[in-house]
Amino acid sequence: MTPVRISIAAAIGAGLLLLIILELIRGRRLKERYALLWLVTGIALLVLALWRGGLNTIAGWLGVGTYPPAILFAAAIMFVIAVLLHYSTVLSRLTDDNVLLAQEVALLRARLDAVERTTVSSLDVEDDVTELQPTEGRAG
Amino acid sequence: MTGRVVAVVPAFDEEGAIGAVVEEIHAFDPSIDVVVVDDGSTDTTPDVARAAGAAVVRLPFNLGIGAAVQTGFRYALEQGYDVAVRLDGDGQHDASELRKLLEPLGRDEADVVTGSRFRDTNDTYRPPLGRRLGITWFARLVSLLSRQQVTDTTSGFQALNRKAIVLFARDYPSDYPEVEATVLLLKHRLRLLEVPVRMREREHGSSSITFLSSIYYAIKVTLALLVAMARRSTVPSQEDPR
Repeated sequence: MTPVRISIAAAIGAGLLLLIILELIRGRRLKERYALLWLVTGIALLVLALWRGGLNTIAGWLGVGTYPPAILFAAAIMFVIAVLLHYSTVLSRLTDDNVLLAQEVALLRARLDAVERTTVSSLDVEDDVTELQPTEGRAG
Repeated sequence: MTGRVVAVVPAFDEEGAIGAVVEEIHAFDPSIDVVVVDDGSTDTTPDVARAAGAAVVRLPFNLGIGAAVQTGFRYALEQGYDVAVRLDGDGQHDASELRKLLEPLGRDEADVVTGSRFRDTNDTYRPPLGRRLGITWFARLVSLLSRQQVTDTTSGFQALNRKAIVLFARDYPSDYPEVEATVLLLKHRLRLLEVPVRMREREHGSSSITFLSSIYYAIKVTLALLVAMARRSTVPSQEDPR
């Protein structure tokens, strides 16, 4: 059984974490897909803090007899590894996207340069600029 | 020759060499368009290239050789070229050797023709020991994987037909890409042909590959090769690059 004071401290900590997560979601600073993950984590921590016999019960299910809090560490480490692995996949994808964008920008710029060179050589420059201005009502 | 040809020249801080490279290609055949892919140079490489008569594609920041070369292939695809040749921006590839690469493509004997430094036995090219070991190792490995004799897997002196351009525009490895690209080609059942060519020693600066980094490179690329072999193929052969 977790001592009452530790239980209260842990509950306050978990509650704060949940509040921060909710605030981040409210401010749209956390994408929904991550929001769910962190909400579940926060709730799990809160449950473990309030359910004072919880750690012992779960440790009993898993057959951890000597030191029940060990399952907390094990779960935390596995969670962190899973999150890191996920971040690696996200990083890889972002890197690929970044390369693709840079290539696309470079190719578009080369095409724009080519277009500008041909229009500038065939038309007067200032006429050309007025021509390219967006006109009111045409875009609709 | 077969249709329109573009020369793809990746360059990073090569203001001393790039002008001559472009002019040499035009001297070999004025009908070949040259596109210099400037990989985020901090010097005047793009200006020199443009002044020499090349089209310039400027990457907004340094992406590394693989992505730079791929940008060139995507340019070739977008602009509807039938053949792309790739030469390095430092001048080590001799444009007068291009004929040897282009002729087999013209006769449709291969989809990709690579200029090999090691086919020619009386060649004087002697890379440093670490590099030579690496080159031999990859030649053996790729030959084994592909059941075809490949002598030079690190050569960036290549000519590609439309089919190969489409493949590389979609999917091209990133660091030290030539070895993996060879495997990629064979995986997609494109025909690869090696022809002997002469290459020059580097004119400016020394090669960036030292002995220690050769070992690191060898391990890394070997892993990448095995991954490339095992990877699910996600490249349908269609025209658009994504």
